Amino acid sequence: MSTPTAAAPSVDATARARDLLGVSRLTNAALTSWLHGLPGVDQVGCEARAAGLGTRSIKTTSKAWGIDLAISMIDLTTLEGADTPGKVRGLCAKAITPDPTDLATPRPAAICVYGDMVPTAKEALGQSGVKVAAVATAFPSGRALMPVKLADTRDAVSAGADEIDMVIDRGAFLSGDYLTVFREIAEVAEACVRTDGTRARLKVIMETGELVTYDNVRRASWLSMLAGGDFIKTSTGKVSPAATLPVTLIMLEAVRDWRDLTGEMVGVKPAGGIRTSKDALKFLVTVSEIAGDDWLDPHWFRFGASSLLNDLLLQRQRMAIGAYSGADYVTDDSPSLY
Amino acid sequence: MSPTATRSTGTDARVDVRKTYKLYIGGKFPRSESGRSYEVVDGRGKFLANAAQGSRKDARDAVVAARGAFAGWAGATAYNRGQVLYRVAEVMEGRRAQFVAEVRASEGVAERRAETIVSQAIDRWVWYAGWTDKLAQVLGGLNPVAGPYFDISAPEPTGVVAVLAPQRSSLLGLVSVLAPVVCSGNTAVVLTSELRPLPAITLSEALATSDVPGGVINLITGRTAEVAPWLASHRDVNAIDLTGAADADGVSWGDLELAAAENLKRVVRPAGEGSGAVEPDWSTTPDLGRITSFLETKTVWHPKGR
Repeated sequence: MSTPTAAAPSVDATARARDLLGVSRLTNAALTSWLHGLPGVDQVGCEARAAGLGTRSIKTTSKAWGIDLAISMIDLTTLEGADTPGKVRGLCAKAITPDPTDLATPRPAAICVYGDMVPTAKEALGQSGVKVAAVATAFPSGRALMPVKLADTRDAVSAGADEIDMVIDRGAFLSGDYLTVFREIAEVAEACVRTDGTRARLKVIMETGELVTYDNVRRASWLSMLAGGDFIKTSTGKVSPAATLPVTLIMLEAVRDWRDLTGEMVGVKPAGGIRTSKDALKFLVTVSEIAGDDWLDPHWFRFGASSLLNDLLLQRQRMAIGAYSGADYVTDDSPSLY
Repeated sequence: MSPTATRSTGTDARVDVRKTYKLYIGGKFPRSESGRSYEVVDGRGKFLANAAQGSRKDARDAVVAARGAFAGWAGATAYNRGQVLYRVAEVMEGRRAQFVAEVRASEGVAERRAETIVSQAIDRWVWYAGWTDKLAQVLGGLNPVAGPYFDISAPEPTGVVAVLAPQRSSLLGLVSVLAPVVCSGNTAVVLTSELRPLPAITLSEALATSDVPGGVINLITGRTAEVAPWLASHRDVNAIDLTGAADADGVSWGDLELAAAENLKRVVRPAGEGSGAVEPDWSTTPDLGRITSFLETKTVWHPKGR
């Protein structure tokens, strides 16, 4: 299992893509023939496989281990227009001490906020080790001109964001303009470089709920990895369906095959719609079975979620005290009415 | 469809419809997640039906459903709650014959006696339905205080209430413990009589076809000794009625009360002392005791102007 290190310096994505595709010039036609040359996804088989993986029984010590691992993989998220500095600070306090009744509870991996909240989150998290992820590039629609998207990204990076969650231009992707998507990702990856030469890790949100087919999910995954994404992420959380198990399964196959091809590991982040411990454990089973146990690490797999943490904490308390717990014993993260 | 498909066989012989009942949780009728069921027999050991044997996880799901339904039910106007509960009595009246047959079979009483019990049960339900919009006047009021304030107290429901239904009185006893819980705005998770669950199951069918919102009343059939401890220790349950611990196989209500103390649940003990706990006589008209056992008092201070 690899240890978390500072992200490697950005490689020239275009040059590497040319090498991988075996072409002298990276054109949309070259990308199209490469992406459409990927094997198609057997929809029925994929969904049956995902459903089968969802039936595994995880009990007692395995369940306790899985719950703690899932907690440590959460990107605790608040992405609302009504976000206030107070709410972000509250969420950070929760990340630092998820369960005040049991200080052995692991901390989530990161707090995920809009770019303007990064300074607030950084200050609140201090030296806790919890990272700050910022959504950028005109999240969630991605409908803005490139200079705006790059400025959005640079702002978040210079404010101290450890990770950037970008959205791809789904309109360009669906109209077959893969080169535009490739360039956007590559340029945003460049914008993730800090002044000291280190890089913020880049998560590429494909918004699978808008990609229509599983074949497109596979193509978008490969395109994102080719363009230099450190993570491929399902959704913004603003579109339904969000993170389904079959979609995540396809993405896990993609990162597994990408490592076989290039030797590099890319992370996976399902986001949106994962609310229960049971769901989270199903995803962990799928990670282990499809990608392998190397990905069972917060550095390589994340859950984008907000309410999931409370359910995991309730399950954790249930196992600790031997009785069912209730909402009175976890924090209420819904915005105050006052 | 071909004409032959609907042709009658012309004989009166009919295959028995053997019943396998399910639980009532969140307004739906799920099977037990455990997949188990148990045979319900009458006083002479004759098979009556199969009932779902609920597990701790069914109880957990029922508490989630009851918690979800609480805000809406407690927030409904008292008048509306009264109408909804009265409607339940109407539906029960429509199923009178079925209730009579099941009380007869379950409790081993004569037809006449069963008729009386069912009438009393329906009347009891109506009695409690009538109390919904009168509780605040009777139990609340204006408190005299030494200052320029109005000081007003009003009763409020306590939350999710777990109810161990009486083991012997399968319908009248059930109604007598359930109606007082829900009339004030609490939601209920009921563990039915272990050996005599049929009238409770029929009540759940009456509830599902009346206007009671899903989750307000949840009924779990099964082994009291198996499920009751999980309800008693559940941190999201606000009160527990241990009436049904009397005569329940393998149940010590003292242990249940101990578990309930962990989150300061309100507890209603069974009548009688220790292992001598008994079921009360359900035929007498009750007082407000069972209602007030599951109420909180909200007191409001308001400055008095000139």
